Amino acid sequence: MPALPVLSIVIWLPILAGVAVLFSGPARNASAARWIALAGAVLGFLVALPLWFGFDRGATEMQFVEFVPWIESFRINYHLGIDGISLLLILLNCFTTVLVVIAGWQSVKVRVSQYMAALLILSGMMNGVFSAMDAALFYVFFEATLIPMFIVIGVWGGPNRVYAAMKFFLYTLLGSLLTLVAFIYLYNAAGGSFAIADYYQLRMPLAVQILLFIAFFAAFAVKVPMWPVHTWLPDAHVEAPTGGSVVLAAIMLKLGAYGFIRFSLPILPDASHLLAPVVVGLSLIAVVYIGLVALVQADMKKLIAYSSIAHMGFVTLGIFVFNARGMEGAIIQMVSHGFISGAMFLCVGVLYDRMHSRMIGDYGGVVNTMPIFASLFMLFAMANAGLPGTSGFVGEFLVILGAMERNFWYAATAATTLIFGAAYTLWMYKRVVFGAVANDKVAGLKDIGAPEMIVLGLAAAAVLFMGVYPLPFTEVLNVSVEQLLGHAVQSKL
Amino acid sequence: MDFAIADLAPAAAEIFLLTMACAILVVDLFLSERNRFWTYALTQATLILSAVILIGGASDNIAYAFTGMFVADPLADVLKSMACLSVAVVLAYSREYLVPRGLNRGEFFVLSLLATLGMMVMISANHFLSLYLGLELLSLSLYALVALARDSARAVEAAMKYFVLGALASGLLLYGMSMIYGATGSLEITEVAARIMDGEALPTILLFGLVFVVAGIGFKLGAVPFHMWVPDVYHGAPTAVTLLIGTAPKLAAFAFVMRMLVEALGMDSLLVEWRQMLMILAVASLALGNVVAIAQTNLKRMLAYSTISHMGFLLLGVLSGTIDGYSAAMFYIVIYVLMGLGTFGMILLLSREGFEAEELEDFRGLNQRSPWYAFVMLLLMFSMAGIPPTMGFWAKLFVLQAVVSIGHVWLAVVAVIFSLIGAFYYLRVVRLMYFESPVDSAPIAPRADVRILMSANGLAVIVFGLVPGLLLAVCERAIYLSL
Repeated sequence: MPALPVLSIVIWLPILAGVAVLFSGPARNASAARWIALAGAVLGFLVALPLWFGFDRGATEMQFVEFVPWIESFRINYHLGIDGISLLLILLNCFTTVLVVIAGWQSVKVRVSQYMAALLILSGMMNGVFSAMDAALFYVFFEATLIPMFIVIGVWGGPNRVYAAMKFFLYTLLGSLLTLVAFIYLYNAAGGSFAIADYYQLRMPLAVQILLFIAFFAAFAVKVPMWPVHTWLPDAHVEAPTGGSVVLAAIMLKLGAYGFIRFSLPILPDASHLLAPVVVGLSLIAVVYIGLVALVQADMKKLIAYSSIAHMGFVTLGIFVFNARGMEGAIIQMVSHGFISGAMFLCVGVLYDRMHSRMIGDYGGVVNTMPIFASLFMLFAMANAGLPGTSGFVGEFLVILGAMERNFWYAATAATTLIFGAAYTLWMYKRVVFGAVANDKVAGLKDIGAPEMIVLGLAAAAVLFMGVYPLPFTEVLNVSVEQLLGHAVQSKL
Repeated sequence: MDFAIADLAPAAAEIFLLTMACAILVVDLFLSERNRFWTYALTQATLILSAVILIGGASDNIAYAFTGMFVADPLADVLKSMACLSVAVVLAYSREYLVPRGLNRGEFFVLSLLATLGMMVMISANHFLSLYLGLELLSLSLYALVALARDSARAVEAAMKYFVLGALASGLLLYGMSMIYGATGSLEITEVAARIMDGEALPTILLFGLVFVVAGIGFKLGAVPFHMWVPDVYHGAPTAVTLLIGTAPKLAAFAFVMRMLVEALGMDSLLVEWRQMLMILAVASLALGNVVAIAQTNLKRMLAYSTISHMGFLLLGVLSGTIDGYSAAMFYIVIYVLMGLGTFGMILLLSREGFEAEELEDFRGLNQRSPWYAFVMLLLMFSMAGIPPTMGFWAKLFVLQAVVSIGHVWLAVVAVIFSLIGAFYYLRVVRLMYFESPVDSAPIAPRADVRILMSANGLAVIVFGLVPGLLLAVCERAIYLSL
């Protein structure tokens, strides 16, 4: 038991830094806001590192536990703790925050302090979601994340931002409200407790389990997002500023998958098993159909948004095949998708800042004017397509192996992504980067400068490291995944 | 029976307030327009001192006065001191609004004090007559306040509507009370409850009486289908009066529900009956309030419909019929009053001479004009919508928990679905403030006291959102000790 409340620091440091940025003054003083935000983000990442080094990879129980009674009469507690799954996602989140702060350095010009503050506060809240061990606390963080994201999309977004922001908020709110009712039901069923660990011990009849599963599904499927409730995502991504898109793709989508892993499977194993074919079916539709939809997009951001949905289909597939390989694959895929899709959106952001267009048709021959950028972009495109040696491969491969254990056809259908993914990503890459210089604007492009190089370089390093040497990541996961599957395979009728 | 001054101690705050109201009425006659500040200052001092008397005299015991017509219990102490303080905040927010509109008259302050007295009598009533007396004192003061802007056709129409419908509601209520009297032979709340418990009451007449009482309560709360007056009055009244109507009287209305339904008619056999009635009122209020609010372009009307839906939520807490449910409802109403003060206060703050900032459009681009007030309004709107980490979330959570704990999960689902619809129009305000550019560039420079109060009000939304336990404990204790 460490003396310092590390998790609380990881959660509250970015939030306090965000508040500090907010009060650093209005637009006049943009550079102060940027520097405070950067300091906050970097510190936020540094304070999260002890989690990685102090994490006991063999322990079965939650670690870095903090427990403070919060609302005594309802037995709601400020109860934090992490396992390997949370650990990876928290680190991913802290890492991404640093990237988006640097990425927004020059591209955000109006109301800089509010933008940086929103991102930092959002980051702290998401750390809270991943470390909450109390359902009420989880819900507070889970839903509170909507507010800064809503503001980020609506204030700094594209022309249709108002529509996108409203759709994002209402769509995700619908799901989470049903989850709230489910939590309240569980609270009563558990004799007045919001502790997630207590819910793991509950026995409930199948009909109740199914209803609760649907309530959870409403929140988490929208968040992932799964087909057919994915329609908010392309809108949100297209309209959001680069930083918003990166956070959305890299972290926020993971909240949904994390919810499945933390709540649906272990609390409602029987309903999960019963309904798994449906979820797997939806996941495969996401992989194949959304992959095809991505192929025909003319807007780069929309293409990457659809590719995100397809990749998240892999995650839900891996979760609902109920074996260790699938589950580990799903989590690795979540982390890797965080790096890759984040980096892809950053690349589009780099181009957008220079050309103010996201249309593939406006580009061509970028490699001639931006060689360094083109090679980094190439790496991410390959990773997005699942090339071995990049992180994209590891997750997808494990999920396909897991699916194979369950059912050959699951695996066979999922494996088509290797074709579709390569097709839509590389075709887009080819049209944008290769060929003759398309027009004068492309001819006048300047290659990336130091801040962009740092951001993309960091992401590239992460993608390669995870692809070549995934062992440290799976090592963290082994025990936690075993634990969760233990709950998920035993009947709780 | 011997009379001793000490017997009046439970009503000390009321007596003080009444004395001061009379004194201020007289003092104001001798003040010139320039010195009107003193009326304001005296009124504020009265309200704050009343709250001090209440808080200082608060005890865990239940004390009766005026031969059982008046009760001072912890529930009354909490609600009455809250009422005094919120009226004080109302007056502070209103002051700058009143002066250019010719409303800064002694009547405004005296009527506000009398309305407060009405609320206090209502909250402390242990007898149908004192309950009715308090209700009428409150209502009559409010009718007059609405009509205070006598040059405004809209205000006069609103006052007329309010008066006619209010009188009808009072009639219904009196009729119901008379039937209960007929059934039980008593008007004293504790006595009525005791007689019903003993099985001495006539069930059919009692039930008839109950129906009329619930209708009267529906009227006073503004629950569907007795809500017609709410939008017109909120819209027509001068905003300062809307702020008053929309906040403190809700505390009294809650006490009214507690005294009538829970204390007098709260035994199990009747609980089943009024639970069903309240269920219909609650669901209809949630539905109509939230859906119709979407169609409004006037912020005051929108908030009126939002009030209707909030009353639906309040009823959900009450109809659970458990101690937890009552505490949740009380917590809800206290939170609601805090939010109402902030939101209507914000309309006052943006208004200036010759300009009412009551349209939604008037909030356009507020973030660029004043980031801080935009942020306060953002917090208030998210709190109204029930999004964590604001206090509005906890209010909704506790009420939903009360409903689910009695096995009505479907009610909770209905409630959250309508909350989702409600979120849309609250978000629209945030959208206008943050995503659009301002059309109006007049500076926003409230006086220092308003600035501090409004900031505190906004911070309360987030502070009670992060540590709701304290306020909840106060509500739970009050309910637990008083029932």
